[in-house]
Order: sequence, then C-alpha cells, then structure tokens
Amino acid sequence: MANPTRIEKNCTTGEEIIIELTDEEVAEMEARAAEHQAQREAEETAAAAAKAAVLAKLGITEEELRAALA
Amino acid sequence: MATFIKIATVELGAGGASTIDFTSISATWTDLVIKISARTNRTLEVDGIKLSFNSDTNAANYSGKRLYGTGTSTGTDSVWYAMPFMSAANATSSCFSNTEIVIPNYAGSTQKRWSIDGVGENNGTTTYLGLGTGLWTGTAAITSVSIIPEVGTTILQYSSATLYGIKKS
Repeated sequence: MANPTRIEKNCTTGEEIIIELTDEEVAEMEARAAEHQAQREAEETAAAAAKAAVLAKLGITEEELRAALA
Repeated sequence: MATFIKIATVELGAGGASTIDFTSISATWTDLVIKISARTNRTLEVDGIKLSFNSDTNAANYSGKRLYGTGTSTGTDSVWYAMPFMSAANATSSCFSNTEIVIPNYAGSTQKRWSIDGVGENNGTTTYLGLGTGLWTGTAAITSVSIIPEVGTTILQYSSATLYGIKKS
C-alpha cells in the first residue's frame, strides 16, 4: 500500500507536486501524532482532577456550580 | 496604499494530504496571510494546527500561547503545535474549519511571529474556537510554510489553504 502523501505548492512557479512520504516520515508522523494525543489526554486528565479537587474543597457538584453561575 | 494579493492556493483532492506545504515564497511582500478551510481524520471534533517554517522541525525553535473555548469550557496554554483549529472526523459531516494566520514581516532578519484565529466548525455543543500567537526563533526570511495537523495523519479532501501577500506600498 502506498504511503500517505504531502502536497507542495511552489509559490514562484505555481507548480503543485504530490510527494509520497518515506517510511521514516510516516513513522515520525505517526509517532508525533501519538505523542501529542497522549500529552493532551494527560493534560485533560490533570485539569479534570484539579477541577474535581476544587469542587470537593467547596463541597459542591459541577451541576451546582453551573446553576450558581447561570 | 497597501495591496493584498493571492499568491497561491491549494485544494486537496481525493485522498487528501498529510501536510500542505507552500514553498519558494519570495520576499516581495511585507506580510503573509494564510486562510484555511480544513478537516482532518483525527477522531475528535477538532484538530490543532502546527506550523513549520523553512523545513525547521526542531520543536525547541517554536513556542506559542493560545486561548480557546470548547462550547462548555475555556482554557489557555502554551501548546504551540495545536493552534486553533481544523475540524476533524467527529465534527458534523461536511463541516470544515475557518482559520486565518497572519505572519508579519516574514522576510525580515528577526525572529518570526504569527497570530492565528480559528474555529473548528461543528453543529454541536463541542465547538472549539480560539486565538493564538506563536514564535519561531529563525531569523532567515521565511521561504516555506507547512501546515500540519496536531494529531490527524490526513488533511481531508476538499480542504483548502490560500496564501496571500500584503505589501505595505
């Protein structure tokens, strides 16, 4: 199966080229995507935990907070 | 009088592409503007945008700050490689993002900055929109710009990006 491709537009000549990624580029792209996804999930988990801790400290639920701020 | 001229446009055909690269950008203009309408294959409502200049992929040379809303919450962070936004696979069918990037003084000899504002269109509660600003420490004139999804491996068919040049006089 062919590798994914990138598209390159030459802004001087107007030429548009479709370039197949090398196996190394594909591996790097997939690793990068997985790394960013894992990092974002970790950040979201940490943010949710921090929020839950604050709500617990206040002794209210998220629904109660939303109602109070509405 | 300032002029605003289309330099190049890309619209993706069947199969899409992993990145969109504008190359051989001349130093003719003062500033660059990129308008993007895009959707990626990430399994979420939205995907971030990562910019790369002059084929520099060293993350240490980039930084940024973004402010965003999700439809139910807001946030701010320094995730420079996830700037607002491109729509993604879980967004309402046929929804594409609406994003503008401004790169002032791109041909100068100082470090390069850019600002970005965008919304990952979605007919639903989870709709990301945001503002961002970034810095690339390279001091050479920008001659190429790559538009790269944060997580998705494919920018989908019918996505488009148009590069404009602004000349101050």
